[in-house]
Amino acid sequence: MTILFRRTRALEAQIDQFLDAVSEGCLVFEQGVDDYLRHDEASFEERRKAIGVFEAKADELRREVETRLYAESLIPDHRGDVLGLLENLDNVIDQAKRTLGQFEVERPDVPEDLAPDYLALARACTQATQHLVDACRAFFREITAVRSHIHKVYFFEKEADRLADSLKRKVFAKDLELARKIHLRYFCLHVETVSDRAEEVADRLAIYTIKRTI
Amino acid sequence: MSWIYLTSGLFLGWSLGANDAANLFGTAVGTKMLRFRTAAIVGSIFVVLGAVAGAQGTSRTLGRLGAIDAPAGAFMVALAAALAVVLLLTKSGLPVSITQAIVGAIVGWNLFTGRPTDLTTLGQLVSSWLISPLLAAVFAGVLFALTRAALRRLKVHLLEVDAWTRGALVAAGAFGAFSLGQNDIANVMGVFVRVSPFPETTRFGPFGATSVEMLFLLGGIAIAVGICTYSHRVMLRLGSGLTSLSPLGALIVVLAAATVLFVFGSPDLQRLVRACHLPGWPLLPVSATQAVVGAILGISVVRRSGIRANVLGRIALGWLVAPVAALGIALVGLFVLQNVFELPVSATPRPAAAAGVVAGTPAS
Repeated sequence: MTILFRRTRALEAQIDQFLDAVSEGCLVFEQGVDDYLRHDEASFEERRKAIGVFEAKADELRREVETRLYAESLIPDHRGDVLGLLENLDNVIDQAKRTLGQFEVERPDVPEDLAPDYLALARACTQATQHLVDACRAFFREITAVRSHIHKVYFFEKEADRLADSLKRKVFAKDLELARKIHLRYFCLHVETVSDRAEEVADRLAIYTIKRTI
Repeated sequence: MSWIYLTSGLFLGWSLGANDAANLFGTAVGTKMLRFRTAAIVGSIFVVLGAVAGAQGTSRTLGRLGAIDAPAGAFMVALAAALAVVLLLTKSGLPVSITQAIVGAIVGWNLFTGRPTDLTTLGQLVSSWLISPLLAAVFAGVLFALTRAALRRLKVHLLEVDAWTRGALVAAGAFGAFSLGQNDIANVMGVFVRVSPFPETTRFGPFGATSVEMLFLLGGIAIAVGICTYSHRVMLRLGSGLTSLSPLGALIVVLAAATVLFVFGSPDLQRLVRACHLPGWPLLPVSATQAVVGAILGISVVRRSGIRANVLGRIALGWLVAPVAALGIALVGLFVLQNVFELPVSATPRPAAAAGVVAGTPAS
C-alpha cells in the first residue's frame, strides 16, 4: 500500500510545501511592513530577502506540481481547478513581495502617528491570506470546512478595505504636501491589494468547492 | 454448415462487447482515469472468464422461453437481435439493450414456429426490465450516499481519493466485465445451446470442456473482440449522455450495475442464498445498459442533480422499440430462411393453425 501511494504522498507533500511557502511569505510580509515602520533597516532587509526566497520556492513548487499533475494524468476532473488555484495563490505572495519591494525602492515617508494604521492594514491583509491558505488546505482534505475559512477571508478583506479607507482619509486630512499625500495613498493601495488578491482566490475556490462535491 | 450459423451469435457477441463494455468503462476512459488499453485488457479477460464460469443459469431461462432446436432458427434469432440493436444504435445513437432484443427475437421464433411462449418466463424477463434498473438505482443511491459520507468523515486528500478511485475502477470494471460475461453470454450463445456444433467434450491436454462451455468460450471471445475493436468509439460518445459524472460517480455506477448483473446471473450466489434458507429468485439475463441507466438515475436522485429528460425519454423509447423490432426482423428473416432458402428453422413441424396464421402460407 505504501508503494502504491508513494508518488501520491510525494505530490501531496509538495502541495503542502507550496501552501507553507505562501503562508510564511505572507507572515514575513507583515513583519517586513512592521520593520519598515519601526525604521529597523537591517531586519526589514532580511524580511525582504526572505519573502523573495519564499516566493521563488512557491514558484518552483507550483511548476513541479503542475507538471506532475499533467504528466501523470492525475485528478483529471479537478486538475484545471487545482492548477488555477495554485497559480492564483502564487499571485498573492507575488503581490506581497512586490509591495515590500516598493517600500524598499520608494521609501515612503510615513508620519509616526499613521504607522499603527499601516500596520493594522498589513495585519488584516495577512489574516486574509492565512485564512485563504487554510481554505486551500481544506479544499484538498476537508471540503466541508472550506466555506468557513472563505468566510473569514471575506471578513478580513472587508476589514482591510475599511482600514484602507480610513487611512486614506487621515492622510488627506493632514497638512502635508500633495505629492507626499499621493505617495502615502499609493502605499495604502499597494498593501490593500494583497487582501484583494486573496479575495479573488477565495471567489475561485468557492466555485471549485461546489464542483468538487461529487 | 452448422459453424456458419454461429456467425450471427458471434456478431451479437461483438456488438454486446462494443456496447455494454462501453457502459461499464465509458466514464472512466472518457474522463481519462483509465487508459482504453487497460480497460480493454481487463474487460476482455474477465468477460471471457465470466462467460465460461457458471453462465448456464441465465441460458436455461432463455431456453425455457424458446427451445430453439434448429441451427438456422438459432442463427436467425441471434441475427435479428443483433440487427435490431445495431440499427437502433446507429439510428438513435444511444445504448440499446441486447437482452430485450434477444427476448423479442425468441418470441418471434415461437410465433413463427407456432410454439407456445412460456408466459411465466416471459413475465419474469419483462419484470426484470423494470426491476434491474430500479435495483441498480437503489444500489447506486445507497453506495453514493455512503461514499460521500465516508469521504467527509475520513478527510482523505484529493490525490489519495484519485489514486483509490483509479484502482477501484479497474477492480470494479473487472467485476463488471465478469458479471457481464456471466449474465449476458446467454443472450449471445443461449439460443445455440441445443444446436451446438462442438463435440460433447473438447480436450485441452489435461483439461476438458463441455460443448456448452466451448460455445460460451467462443461467445466470450466474440464479446472481447467487440470490446477491443469498437467499444472505444461508444465510450467517447457516452460523454453526452444522461448526466455528467465524476470518476467516483462512474465507479459507483459500475459497481451498482455489476452487482445487479451478478445477483441475476450467479448460480453460486443462488446456491448460497438457498443454503441460508432464504427465498431465491430466478436467474435472468438482465441488461447491463438498463442497469447502468438505473444506477445513473439513482445517483442523480441522491445528488438532486438534473437529468436530461429528452435523453432519458429516447433511452426508454429504445427499450420499447428494441424487442418489437427484433421480433419483427425475426419473423421476416425466419420466413425468408424457410421459404426462400428452404432451410428448416425448427426441428419439429409447427402446428398447422399457427403456421397458417404466422407464416401467412396455407396449411397443408
